[in-house]
Amino acid sequence: MDPAQFCAQARLLIVAGKGGVGKTTVSAAMALVAAREGLTSLVVELEGKSGLGSAFGRSEVLTYHETVLAAGGGPDGAADVRARTLTPDDALVEYLEGHGMGRMSRRLAASGALDVVATAVPGIKDILVLGKVKQLERASAAGEEGASDFLVLDGPAAGHAVTLLMSAQALLDAVSVGPIRSQASDVSELLRDPSRCQVMLVTLPEETPVNEVVETAFALEDRVGLHLAPIVVNGLYPAVDLDTDVEAAAERAGVRLTAAERDALAGAADFRRRRQAFQAEQVGRLADALPLPQIHLPYVFTTDLGRPEVELLATALAGEIGRLPEPVGAPVAGPVTGPARP
Amino acid sequence: MTPLAGLDVLAEHRSIVICTGSGGVGKTTAAAAIAVEAAQRGRRACVVTIDPAKRLADALGLASLTNEPGLVDGPWPGELWALMLDTKSTFDALVTRYAERPEQAQGILSNRLYRNLSGALSGTQEYMAMEKLYELHDQDRFDLIVVDTPPTRNALDFLDAPRRLTRFLDNRIFRLLMMPTRASLRALNMATQVFLHTVAKVVGSEVVHDTVDFFTAFEGMEQGFRERAQRVTELLSQPATAFVLVTAPRRDAVDEAMFFARRLQEAAIEIEALIVNRVHPRHGPLPSVWTAPGALERALADPQQGGLARLLANLQDLEGIGRREERYVEALIDRVAPAPVARVPLLVGDVHDLAGLEEVAEHLFARTSTTSPDDSAHPRTG
Repeated sequence: MDPAQFCAQARLLIVAGKGGVGKTTVSAAMALVAAREGLTSLVVELEGKSGLGSAFGRSEVLTYHETVLAAGGGPDGAADVRARTLTPDDALVEYLEGHGMGRMSRRLAASGALDVVATAVPGIKDILVLGKVKQLERASAAGEEGASDFLVLDGPAAGHAVTLLMSAQALLDAVSVGPIRSQASDVSELLRDPSRCQVMLVTLPEETPVNEVVETAFALEDRVGLHLAPIVVNGLYPAVDLDTDVEAAAERAGVRLTAAERDALAGAADFRRRRQAFQAEQVGRLADALPLPQIHLPYVFTTDLGRPEVELLATALAGEIGRLPEPVGAPVAGPVTGPARP
Repeated sequence: MTPLAGLDVLAEHRSIVICTGSGGVGKTTAAAAIAVEAAQRGRRACVVTIDPAKRLADALGLASLTNEPGLVDGPWPGELWALMLDTKSTFDALVTRYAERPEQAQGILSNRLYRNLSGALSGTQEYMAMEKLYELHDQDRFDLIVVDTPPTRNALDFLDAPRRLTRFLDNRIFRLLMMPTRASLRALNMATQVFLHTVAKVVGSEVVHDTVDFFTAFEGMEQGFRERAQRVTELLSQPATAFVLVTAPRRDAVDEAMFFARRLQEAAIEIEALIVNRVHPRHGPLPSVWTAPGALERALADPQQGGLARLLANLQDLEGIGRREERYVEALIDRVAPAPVARVPLLVGDVHDLAGLEEVAEHLFARTSTTSPDDSAHPRTG
């Protein structure tokens, strides 16, 4: 599938996965993939983390106001990559301001009274956040001035992602009237519409991350009715064929090695082989448990993740999307039941 | 008597060990391994876990949530007990303990706000972990209790949690609401009234009613909670309690660990050990061939030299990871100095049985040699 076609499937892409699997990196790379196709993309960050800026070699702290992380407009036809944060407190203050309570909202937020309300109505903070995301998505769909073409939500960790995305349904059950209810209903509609929103799950080829992502995938699909995009397996060691006989390889190359050097080469090769086999096993396990296409991203050996690495991963991501079969429009995993479920 | 090396003091002499760190760094495994070690040294140890991976939970006999310690069978002279924290029933027990009458407890336990409290108020799980710790400590059944703290982005929520909960119960707006006369409503300032009005309009007036009921039901109990919170805080600051910082050698995990370390130090809490999990092993010296620019690439393309070149490129890649990991952890080690540091190598596969825990314990307590070239995998003594 053409990356442009992939990005055109839905305006909102929610990136979710366990902590440490590289959600932010994948969000950044996906935004770049879209920007290279000429779509202005906006990454929305939920937890006030710092990783997104540094993935684009920027040191400033992201705020509630949009900032351009990578400027487009060059001869290559790429568009801007923008980013902003969206925390519940900010969303709440904006909501209250929108309801004529601007002046006191921050003071109330500081007084702890909001904790009490948030406790009484669990999910209200989540709904405020997703309500704001929905507003951005609507602005984009309407082609409003300054709105971005493609939205990437750098989601919270897997466990919380399920809670966050289920909050709309929970709230609809708990609250019978009022503006919050209609907000929840709008959010629920957005989440269930595959032409507006899809979720890209990210995992590592490791045991626990694979188990958890399978659980999350089923929870999101069955309980929230979300449409799942192909799943990203991040951090795969590129396959290398390593000779088992170091001495023979050295002889062929005409190189003389010390015993310590020979041991180091053999030890490293053995480690790599075992890790590769283990990763392949995990990828297979994931494929068995989850009938979703997989996107494989390589482990980046070189340095800290910065702009060049994100560019490289975006290229890898676009390549993997290109390998995907053409019609992925229909629900991918479907309501899978039976022994595949963990 | 020779002084105890590295982390030995934890398993040997401490009565409480609290493992802290961000999510996904192997805190649960580290906590369980410390408890296993103590049992091997003949002590009665209990590990309190929050959310263990399923197979490890099974290995520890934690298939079902009981909230009471269960004995884990094993070939050790001491005892190993394990418990998976059930936040809600811990909280229920606390309410029942401090209620003045059974009806008061019942009124709270059935209140909707209370039922949401354990899930929605951040810090409640942390507070209940500390509460459970206090309860177990009070029973005097164990020589060592190891607590695995909930994965949290808010560093040290478990230290702040008691105060957070009392602040919640003390909330001024709702305390005013509980006053018996209408006159009290006049005491509310305009902002508060508008706020409550808006809340009722936005989420329905039943929420406001539930909230008022809740605070009314709690009347008279806050003092008990506050004193209990105070005693928990004291328990955490006694010398027999040790804090252990657990991390993985990834940049994000180390950044969070640095933040934890700073917060602990600000709270005048000493970090007694640093555990770095999932460290890539180091393999040894790089052969000095094809060092000129482009030489390795040419060798990789050469049919005769390709085999060795690939082996060399692989060793370089892994050494690069090792050096990078070491660089990430360096500043953290300085930050927590003179705390000893234990490195657990990246094992192929997760730990999900007692044998795996014993293997981790061997690395933590320096009973095995390692492949680290500079011998740095041994815990450093302070």
